[in-house]
Amino acid sequence: MAEEVLAPLAGKVLSLAVEVGATVEEDEEVLVLEAMKMETVVYAPCDGQVTAITVKVGDQVEEDDPLATIK
Amino acid sequence: MAFLDQLGLLSVTWGSVVMWLIALTLIYLAITKEYEPLLLLPIGFGILVANLPMTDLMTPGEGLIWRFYHYGVEWEVIPPLIFLGLGAHTDFGPLLSQPRLIFLGAAAQGGVYVTFFVAHAFGFTLEEAATIGIIGGADGPTTIFLAAQLAPHLLGACAVAAYSYMALVPIIQPPIMRLLTTQQERAIRMKKARTVTTREKVIFPLAATMVIVLLVPASAPLITMFMLGNLFRESKVVERLRDTTQNALMNIVTIFLGLSVGATMSATNFLRIDVLFIFVLGLVAFALSTACGLLLAKLMNLFTKDKINPLVGAAGVSAVPMAARVVHKVGAEANKKNYLLMFAMGPNLAGVIGTVIAAGIFLTMLR
Repeated sequence: MAEEVLAPLAGKVLSLAVEVGATVEEDEEVLVLEAMKMETVVYAPCDGQVTAITVKVGDQVEEDDPLATIK
Repeated sequence: MAFLDQLGLLSVTWGSVVMWLIALTLIYLAITKEYEPLLLLPIGFGILVANLPMTDLMTPGEGLIWRFYHYGVEWEVIPPLIFLGLGAHTDFGPLLSQPRLIFLGAAAQGGVYVTFFVAHAFGFTLEEAATIGIIGGADGPTTIFLAAQLAPHLLGACAVAAYSYMALVPIIQPPIMRLLTTQQERAIRMKKARTVTTREKVIFPLAATMVIVLLVPASAPLITMFMLGNLFRESKVVERLRDTTQNALMNIVTIFLGLSVGATMSATNFLRIDVLFIFVLGLVAFALSTACGLLLAKLMNLFTKDKINPLVGAAGVSAVPMAARVVHKVGAEANKKNYLLMFAMGPNLAGVIGTVIAAGIFLTMLR
């Protein structure tokens, strides 16, 4: 089952920790957002393989925007 | 010999040397640790030059910095202008999406009032006690605003205390937060907040101005400017004004505020035992306010279905956005998928308004 990684809060994408095709475990770091001059790490919601990353470094995202898909 | 009399070096006192050291410490902290550098740097420089002998910089009616102080701070011009910029900068969305969290911002003013009575019991006058209590709100411009009206001789010390505690939020608050909450409570993930419409955001500054000013008229100078700035932002039709108030104007007044606040701290004004009390009582006020916010959140949890993470109560002290950031970090320590930042911003913003109202209440009672 594919699960989307959603932005927990609005912010700017600061760095990506994974690439498409990478295998991740639940709670592994996926990317880092910057909101209000503070870094917030977004973690994988489940085990699986990253099938898509919908943002790139520097993108501004809103809360609940999809960031990546893990299958 | 006439030349020697004019030489400042010979008029240096021990007091002024101590003040130089304090000034240099603040400047050092501002530069190397980046503790509130936008304020502590000009404040530190103000302290330094005000304690160089025979400059007349702070001589009433003559001195350059005295003029900045007199027309800017004593005339109540600069703190409201800072609030104008803060309003333009502030998104009240997090507060409007969770209106019940406003109570936490109100509760976190508890330390302000308690400290007011404690300071008075220690022998400070009512006016001085109010000025010291307001430090608990950890809001610089409000503290300066109130001090200039009620206890100008304490202005420098109270302002430095307020700004120092704001910078020290990440050190002062977490131990209190851990003491008063359980691991389980800190790990509470809050239910997603509702989305706030644009219309609500435009109506809010208008409605808030009317309600608050009708209830506490003495808070008007700060509240009206705060809400006007916010209306500039949310109306989206005066982008130029929003940009100027939030950036250029804010920077300009910050320069004069910092410099003149620092310059009020002469050795005779500052090197007194009272000042030590101010710093201690200010810290007590700030710690109590943090505790009140946490405890009210726990109390509210007894009656509500959607549990509140009590940590967000600690953000009810106004220090925006440091307090909210600290809440976010402590929450993430308990549960790494806990993102409290936006929830904490609600009480944080309510705290700013709460501190302004507290200042208004003190002014109404004491002036």
